[in-house]
Amino acid sequence: MERTSLDLWVGAFVVAGVLALTFLAFKVGNMSTYNASESYNLKASFNNIGGLKTTASVRSAGVLIGRVTEIKLNPQRYEAEVTLSIDKRYQFPKDTLISILTSGLLGEQYLGLKPGADDEMLKNGDAIKQSRSALVLEDLIGQVVASKAENAK
Amino acid sequence: MSPQPLVEIRDVNFAYGSRPILKGINMTFHKGQVIAIMGGSGCGKSTLFRLIGGAIKPTRGEIKIDGQVIHKLDQHALYAMRRKMGVLFQFGALFTDMSVYDNVAFQMREHTDLPEEIIHDLVMMKLHTVGLRGTHALMPSELSGGMARRVALARTIALDPMLILYDEPFTGLDPISLTVVGDSIRRLNSALGATSVVVTHDIQESMKLVDYIYFIADGVIAAEGTPDEIEASKTPFVHQFVHGERDGPVPFHYPAGNYMQDLGVSI
Amino acid sequence: MSVVNSVRNIGHAVIDAIWRIGYATRFFTLILLNSGSSFRRFRLTVKELYFTGVMSLIIILVAGLFVGIVLGLQGYEILKRYGSESALGTLVALSLLRELGPVLAALLFAGRAGSAMTAEIGLMKASEQLAAMDMMAVSPIARVVAPRFWAGVISMPILATIFSVMGVFGGYLVGVIYIGVDEGSFWSQMQGSVEFQHDVLNGVFKSFVFGVAVTVISVFEGFDAPPTAEGVSRATTRTVVQSSLVILLLDVVLTAFMFRGN
Repeated sequence: MERTSLDLWVGAFVVAGVLALTFLAFKVGNMSTYNASESYNLKASFNNIGGLKTTASVRSAGVLIGRVTEIKLNPQRYEAEVTLSIDKRYQFPKDTLISILTSGLLGEQYLGLKPGADDEMLKNGDAIKQSRSALVLEDLIGQVVASKAENAK
Repeated sequence: MSPQPLVEIRDVNFAYGSRPILKGINMTFHKGQVIAIMGGSGCGKSTLFRLIGGAIKPTRGEIKIDGQVIHKLDQHALYAMRRKMGVLFQFGALFTDMSVYDNVAFQMREHTDLPEEIIHDLVMMKLHTVGLRGTHALMPSELSGGMARRVALARTIALDPMLILYDEPFTGLDPISLTVVGDSIRRLNSALGATSVVVTHDIQESMKLVDYIYFIADGVIAAEGTPDEIEASKTPFVHQFVHGERDGPVPFHYPAGNYMQDLGVSI
Repeated sequence: MSVVNSVRNIGHAVIDAIWRIGYATRFFTLILLNSGSSFRRFRLTVKELYFTGVMSLIIILVAGLFVGIVLGLQGYEILKRYGSESALGTLVALSLLRELGPVLAALLFAGRAGSAMTAEIGLMKASEQLAAMDMMAVSPIARVVAPRFWAGVISMPILATIFSVMGVFGGYLVGVIYIGVDEGSFWSQMQGSVEFQHDVLNGVFKSFVFGVAVTVISVFEGFDAPPTAEGVSRATTRTVVQSSLVILLLDVVLTAFMFRGN
């Protein structure tokens, strides 16, 4: 094997590896839509987060704009406190509504932001005041049964 | 003969576990000599070789090369010592993934910073001494056994060693190759001013070639002397070996029980 | 007596195994200590990269494509039942990036490059080439073993990444071109659920760990092989068997740490 052609092959091999990784990052993965280095944090509290997990996506009008970075229980109020990291390019008004949604019938749970009309924007570290908890199937059934019972009276 | 011998082997013992291989060997190799170490198969010749090369440590005794005790050297000093030694392995042990040229150039590239043009000239000179300059572009698999042995010889002397060890250099060679290799050993030793140690069974070839012969049997030196002394020796073992007799002090039969009993024949 | 004997045999096997692990660990340390020349004279490593990396490329490309195609077909069949065919991209990409890419590429690598490494080093030992090198004051570990080790460690993540890309391409061929899943939702669903750090980089890290394990096993078995034809052939078999088991075992451990459903 000639030395130069050996070098060429090995070089091409390494370049192919780098290209493959780039492809995975931008075409398969989310590097193109979301850059963690330029983001700001928001907080939100929920009575129940259902099956929400860290790294779950945050969407507004269906567009991916951020990720859930932390979930913990507030020990005083027994509420779930969720921290989200949002792309800097997207700013939201103070009266934005945050809700836990499900993609499809059985899909993953994610957070949806519905902007309000306030002139002031949310800043890094701010808490979103209005939140809607996850739909828990058992509660839902309970409500239906209760309303049926009401109607029967 | 120089007063300071190049290699001194003093009371060397070696055992694999509880099985003794060498029992109190004493040898002295002087500069410029070609020495043969002979003995039957499995007498510990190769073990002695590995001891001289520092690959294993003696259980007792010491081997001094150029005034240094070989088994007390650390890795670094041992490698420094091995640069001054050359070893020709039984079947050459050429690197099969390199050409003849690269094989001979191997040590020069590893141990020196010589520019490639000088290495080229040196390699050609070394190959020329063994008469194989024309093979430099071939791979080891394309060489005959005798040629491979000669290329290995060229590789062994690449850095002009002061001590050259030959591990059964004549095994499996046709008579012509055998004479060529034997002749090269003698010639190179004089040309380099080195000391050569040849481990071999080939009594006839080495008688022509060497200055001094050691016989090893059962882990001890059974006899030693110049070729003439050996030829005339009356020691039964040496006599049997030199003249290649079937039976003698070295028995034809491995120790066994009663033959008739093994066959189940009752008398 | 036979009970005592079989207990003794178990004991012997255990001691032997522990001894070999210790020996292999020491050997691994020796490789790391002797790695200087693999980088100072990178040419040595480049040559081995050709034999381990480039020469394994064909099998990786073909296998990756086929696995992707199969994933596409099977995934579609299952997703169709839940009416979520558009999640096909997600399914193909995640299973490849997290598991199949690193694991299958490593298994193929062990069979293609690992066994070759063992056989080559074993034959060099059997023909006294390693001993000759040692007697020429050149450490066989630094000159022969370390460059092969590093070539394997560098190749493995590259091969696994290429495998995953080929797999995604195979899934795309079947899903979008052949079956007709909407191209936009195929890619956007994939991008929506594949996270670079969590999925891509963890997969690359997995393949790096597998690369270290496979090459250490391969060069160790070669270096430790009895210098006979039978010894080398057995060592080659052992390389493939042990590498495969170690890859799967390490995968369980790594997966448990990386993807614990948090």
